[in-house]
Amino acid sequence: MSATASAGPREGSARRPLEVRSLGSVPYAEGLKLQEELVAKRRAGEAPDTLLLLEHPHVITLGSSAEEAHVLLEQAERDRLGIQLYEVGRGGGVTYHGPGQLVAYPILDLRPLGKDLHEYLRRLEESLIRAAAALGVTARRREGMTGVWTARGKLAAIGVRVSSQWISSHGVALNVSPDLRFFESIVPCGIEGEGVTSLSLELGRTVELTDAADRFTESFMSVFGFVRSVA
Amino acid sequence: MARIEVPMPQMGESIAEGTVSKWLKRLGEPVQRDEPILEISTDKVDAEIPSPAAGTLAEITVQEGETVGVGTIVAYIDSDGNAPLAQRPVQDGARPAAPPPPDEQADGAEDEAAEVPAAAAAPPAGERPAVAATAAPVPTAPAADTAEERARTRSTPVVRKIAEEHGIDIESVPGTGHAGRVTKQDILSFIEGGTPTRVEAPLAPEPVHAPAAPAAPPRPPAVPQEPPAAGLWDAFYREVKHPEYHVRPADRVEPMDKIRRLTAEHMVLAKRVAPHVHSFIEIDFTVIDRIRAESKARWTAQGARVSYTAFVAWAVSRVLRDFPMLNSTISGNNVIYRGNVNIGIAVDLDPGLIVPVVHDADHLGLVGIGNRIVDLATRARERKLTPSEIQGATFTITNPGVLGTLVGMPIIPKGTAAILGTGAIEKRVVVVVDAVTGTDSTAIRNRAYFSLGYDHRIVDGADAARFLARLKETLESFPSDA
Repeated sequence: MSATASAGPREGSARRPLEVRSLGSVPYAEGLKLQEELVAKRRAGEAPDTLLLLEHPHVITLGSSAEEAHVLLEQAERDRLGIQLYEVGRGGGVTYHGPGQLVAYPILDLRPLGKDLHEYLRRLEESLIRAAAALGVTARRREGMTGVWTARGKLAAIGVRVSSQWISSHGVALNVSPDLRFFESIVPCGIEGEGVTSLSLELGRTVELTDAADRFTESFMSVFGFVRSVA
Repeated sequence: MARIEVPMPQMGESIAEGTVSKWLKRLGEPVQRDEPILEISTDKVDAEIPSPAAGTLAEITVQEGETVGVGTIVAYIDSDGNAPLAQRPVQDGARPAAPPPPDEQADGAEDEAAEVPAAAAAPPAGERPAVAATAAPVPTAPAADTAEERARTRSTPVVRKIAEEHGIDIESVPGTGHAGRVTKQDILSFIEGGTPTRVEAPLAPEPVHAPAAPAAPPRPPAVPQEPPAAGLWDAFYREVKHPEYHVRPADRVEPMDKIRRLTAEHMVLAKRVAPHVHSFIEIDFTVIDRIRAESKARWTAQGARVSYTAFVAWAVSRVLRDFPMLNSTISGNNVIYRGNVNIGIAVDLDPGLIVPVVHDADHLGLVGIGNRIVDLATRARERKLTPSEIQGATFTITNPGVLGTLVGMPIIPKGTAAILGTGAIEKRVVVVVDAVTGTDSTAIRNRAYFSLGYDHRIVDGADAARFLARLKETLESFPSDA
């Protein structure tokens, strides 16, 4: 199946409600805790499908395939810059999060998607590509390299966890207007020699995080077949 | 008590395999139905796998860090149908028999996908190593699974994998990283200086096949022994582990005999180490045929037998004098240029292959080489070669053409730089130039394709081309007094 074929909801799937929560800046550990609570609630049917939108203070996270060698900053230097380090139970390698980056954590029951992780990844990419396009940036997939890319480099990173009963957590990080120098502290996802880019860099103007969040929410709901639930 | 399989789940249409990233439960631990018992990872996704039933985690067949195909059984749950009170399955008596081969459960799984790493402690031939089946039940300890605990774990997955491979409790390793985290360097230093509590990876200088674990308990160790990351390249160049595959009902399984096993290991290592390149040339046998015809009566009277291979070996041994790089081998950071020209001649034992050596071929005449080859080949088929007669080759000739094959691309034997493959000699219509008039005409000639396989670390393409051109020239104007 080609990557583009997975765009859009499955035939005949009813539009499902999605709760969207914009949380502003959230420390990484708090974000983890919130996700865990929501996953448990979602599994128990006590919470609807939810999209968390937030920013993190400077943090480096290590996914399950991360190598410590891909964290390029010494601890003293990280302390000086105020960068925390976390190991997390998501797929992927080393990632940086920080101000100016839109982080989206969909806590979804993935079973209506047909229990297909690749399908889920491709739809996340499609959501990001459409959000970027709405802001005037052409981004695309790269074969075998999950994430979203422009000619300059990586625009958005993806790392996902699926808990039992197919409940998703973690998700995507879209570089809206972060200080890209912080990415020099890591080798993103272990992919050496690849650049990192942002919407602001691509457009030559500062893109507001809220703007990007709105576009992403729209494209995400469209790609996954959601309607916004009235909280 | 029913035994329930836990297969690697199908996590998506285009996902053929998954890696076990973490066991959340230990052997002997009770599990609830739908309770996560392990985590797997595929491209960019970590996923929790729930238990299909309530009971006890009775057997773990795939270890952390291993990648297996969808459908491969990763564990067995002993279900008692009740609440998981029985914490010690051994109380039922002898532990259950080893599991049947995975294929019996893995309907629809790709045959090649389920590679089962062999335990390094060589199991008895033909016996599937029962990985991890024998560890005693562990006292129940809830797996660190909350976000807080996970985030604070004192190590990365890479470090944990190394620890697991060496049987090291990560708690016992002093950490120098952030907040006392154990870095990769920490654990590698610990391994070098400390005492691994289980077994060291086999890194003997030349373990062509895996040694039996010294003073090992009667049962195989719980964890497959992998080389440590630091020794990966060493192991890569010294160890051969053949992947295992499903056995289907109609199949027959038998252990490799010694020649087959050594051949298999040699071929893997030879191909792994040397970057192979092959070049080809066509040889005309007109002159050699004339010499054979003219000498036949004399050779018969002498009891001499001079095959085509003897002509080729004679020519090779002379030409090699001017191409020392083809009679050499790379050893560490050095090149050893061999002082002797010892030509290995591959002999088909049907079944099997052995390469006896014509030592100092460059000091033997054509008839001497011919007789030697016949002698060696005869005794090879009678299994009467002495060890020294199959050692010390500096260059090898193999003859895929003997049964009509046009051309082969042979593997360069370990410790040498090149091998020559001789294709079938057959009559071909070719264009020849009349030496007197200079006009073209067609002719029927005995010809063959020769291939030269060479180690591109030491032999450049142009060297090979010059060698082949010189060999062609020598064979096509073969001296009648050789």
